[in-house]
Amino acid sequence: MNQYDAIVIGAGHNGLTNGAYLAKAGLKVAVLERNPYIGGATVSRELHKGWYYSNCSYVASLLRPEITRDLELPRHGLQVVPFGGGATFMRNGDHLGAYSDHDRHYREIARHSKRDANAYDRYAADTARQTKLIRPYLLKTAPDPTSLKPRDLRDLLEFAKSFTSMGEEGLLDTIKFWTASVGDYLNEYFETDVLKAHLAGSGIIGTALGVYSPGTAYVLLHHYMGDVDGNVGAWGFARGGMGAIADALSKSFQSFGGEIICDANVDEIIVRDGQAKGVALKDGTEYHADIVVSNLDPKRTFLDITNPKDLPEDVLHKARNFKIRGSSGKLNIALDGLPVFDGLDPRSRLMAGDLHFSDSLERQERAYDDWKNGTWSKDPYLDMMIPSLTDPTMAPPGKHMMSVFVQYAPPKVEGRDWTDEDKDGFEKSVIDQIANYSPNFKDLILHCETRTPREIEAEVGLTEGNIFMGELTFDQLLFNRPFPGYAQYRGPIKGMYMCSSGTHPGGGVMAAPGANAAREILMDLKRPNTVPGGYADD
Amino acid sequence: MNAPQRDTMLLPTPFHSRVEAMCELNDWGNWMGYTTPNAFFDVELEYFAIRSTTGVFDLSPMNKYRITGPDAEAFLNRMVTRNVSKLGVNRVGYAVWCNDAGQVMDDGTIFRLGEQDFRLCSYQRADDWLHWCTLGFDVTITNESEDIAGLAVQGPTSCTVLTLLGCAGLDQLKPFGIAHFTFEGAPMMVSRTGFTGDLGYEVWVAPEQAEALWDQLFELGRDYLIKPIGSYALDIARIEAGFLQAHVDFVPSEEVVRNGRTRSPFELGLEWLVDFSKPLFNGRSALLEEKAKGSRYRFAMLDIEGNKPAEHSFIMKGDKVVGTVTSAAWCPTVKSNLAYAQIEMPHGAVGDELVAEIYYQRELHWTRLMAPCRVIGGPLFNPQRRRQTPAPPF
Repeated sequence: MNQYDAIVIGAGHNGLTNGAYLAKAGLKVAVLERNPYIGGATVSRELHKGWYYSNCSYVASLLRPEITRDLELPRHGLQVVPFGGGATFMRNGDHLGAYSDHDRHYREIARHSKRDANAYDRYAADTARQTKLIRPYLLKTAPDPTSLKPRDLRDLLEFAKSFTSMGEEGLLDTIKFWTASVGDYLNEYFETDVLKAHLAGSGIIGTALGVYSPGTAYVLLHHYMGDVDGNVGAWGFARGGMGAIADALSKSFQSFGGEIICDANVDEIIVRDGQAKGVALKDGTEYHADIVVSNLDPKRTFLDITNPKDLPEDVLHKARNFKIRGSSGKLNIALDGLPVFDGLDPRSRLMAGDLHFSDSLERQERAYDDWKNGTWSKDPYLDMMIPSLTDPTMAPPGKHMMSVFVQYAPPKVEGRDWTDEDKDGFEKSVIDQIANYSPNFKDLILHCETRTPREIEAEVGLTEGNIFMGELTFDQLLFNRPFPGYAQYRGPIKGMYMCSSGTHPGGGVMAAPGANAAREILMDLKRPNTVPGGYADD
Repeated sequence: MNAPQRDTMLLPTPFHSRVEAMCELNDWGNWMGYTTPNAFFDVELEYFAIRSTTGVFDLSPMNKYRITGPDAEAFLNRMVTRNVSKLGVNRVGYAVWCNDAGQVMDDGTIFRLGEQDFRLCSYQRADDWLHWCTLGFDVTITNESEDIAGLAVQGPTSCTVLTLLGCAGLDQLKPFGIAHFTFEGAPMMVSRTGFTGDLGYEVWVAPEQAEALWDQLFELGRDYLIKPIGSYALDIARIEAGFLQAHVDFVPSEEVVRNGRTRSPFELGLEWLVDFSKPLFNGRSALLEEKAKGSRYRFAMLDIEGNKPAEHSFIMKGDKVVGTVTSAAWCPTVKSNLAYAQIEMPHGAVGDELVAEIYYQRELHWTRLMAPCRVIGGPLFNPQRRRQTPAPPF
């Protein structure tokens, strides 16, 4: 009775997506989940009566619309609602707002610098050129440049074509973009500190690097390449919190006959004669299948749930050295009312977007210095949202829910494990920063869930609490993700696959790794493909 | 949360109170972040005001940059393709400027106000590029967009009306000339320029003078049948007169995302603006190379059979698509069906016979029309009064 065609380990969004496409192809599939609830880092939980938190991931943009449509997620209850606005509050009491209307946005930047307001158009065009290069590869397996297989050669040729069609200047820009720091990239366009700081946030979120670390310009792109209804770069909220995405995926998966088994803590992948045969749980239960797909990050996959004796030495070596450094924490806060911020009308639409308090690259870099010194940032970079201004289901009427992403928080404090006192200190640095700009904030707090890398790793299973399941630097992207030679979702053991954010195209609630892995599995099984191709982005 | 926020609305121009009062159709558009009228009372009648009496258009949202300093002329010569040294004081020149790849960023007019004093009027915002280009030049760039209000006063009776307003001797002003007057004790600059191809002027005052200027102009012009015009009427006039518009007939090169979508001056029919005798200007070497190798596209003005405007049409040579239309209009004065098209080389030379694929709808019924068309050498509308000095009485 515990016999399946395929077993997927981890009921996060990628595991559920992978399971859904395998089940849609007619396979008997079980998705196993360690926690009593599904979702992984794509989860909504009611930790304070009447308030729902998107405990981990908190905004949606990267989720592939092709998958949403193909798996009928709207019919299964998913609604992604775009939000507008956003602002960076400044120490001098002013702020920089983000407006979706081009002319209004121009005017807002022009308050700080007319030149920057004009340069923003050039910046937007240059950045759009880079997103256009990468977007067609999200729902594709990354071609292997060392392979001579016709398929890899064809895909490489196609990539080379779109790369060279950017022209000489475009090519050089691209190489710079993939290697530069977000700070240096922005310095080429702008002179205003607050504008650079506002934009640079996207270059460091989820990354244990600073705004002046090479490679962070790409991380910015990673946050820009999604879309909501074709508006590239736009972000939205899943109605009901991010758990709504996992819920809709699970219903889609179940509609194809898939089975979800919670409280199933996998101990080891069973391997016989070099072939995956299923999994054994910590409680001794076994589930059998010739296809085993890991939705865990590469470290957990190869160092925790696979017997080292079943693995080639180089894979163990690469897994050990995989960069997956924790860099962030999270506060989810139930509020008794709407906080008021200095210099901003509480009725302003800017309030409904992403709010920040780091008004210079310098402050962001200093926040990173704290991380390097083995402690949480005393003046952290916050990506703060009030989803209840957009989604009426997150908090009771008139009350609000606040999601505060916090950078930086190290995986270990001065080399030792986090203590509860550390966690309190971390929480205090965040709440104090917000309160510096919001006089009524502290009085409104009803409940606060604070998650340091320790809690994120323990509860969600993200190694070191790294939200992307591996840093998004070029040495770990495309054909390098998670490692060279294993970037096409196949593990080193026959029948073993990977579908997590640790594979191409990487982290964020995209569902592309899960779908891409399913396509490869079905190809190996010589089954018809059920995974849709990407929309053209011409 | 849902309370209206006036600070986030489109801005009013200095003439807004007057424009709003006259905008019978209440039909508004957004131009550069300003609330501007698409039409005041009747697009066709507004158009004919330009061609038969006087039409007044609020052009305050135009971007205006003051360029001053010892190197002002050298700076502009480096930036634009034409030779600014040949532009005398109190003269205006149409110009385009390119990036280093020789691709057009924007077009505009350069007003020479003094030996070391220029004003650049551009369709696009140019702060970023102007500042980039100042490296090594002793110049000061000032964005004066909000400091100057402007009205285009265009049409056969325009000179008469402005003379009544106090512009004595305006009829002696040559095309592209600048004259200085006072209006209610404050400076008022008048240039014989415009976007209509007709006799006409542009009047520039401080924003504080704007409402009074409008009031007096319409009071004095009443007997000369002065009318306000919106952007729709102006668009017909500019197509009839052969003027390009950024974002319509070309995409400013620094905003282009897709490779190959930019255009050079040659590809926009603006070769006459490129002066290779200047030793160095932005895009020069790329343009020299293009001149030697040939361009990818040709700007073509098409005279199309029939009376259906060829908006968004494909242009065919036999079975092959060789181009697309960027602007099209039925032109009421010359009674012709005109269009501008980007045609792949080697097609599109003057006299070339092509076909426009036109779709039009009548009562939900779509018709596809393959209309023969011919490439013409220049605008059909080109009245003598546009060039005559003294400006002729109407």
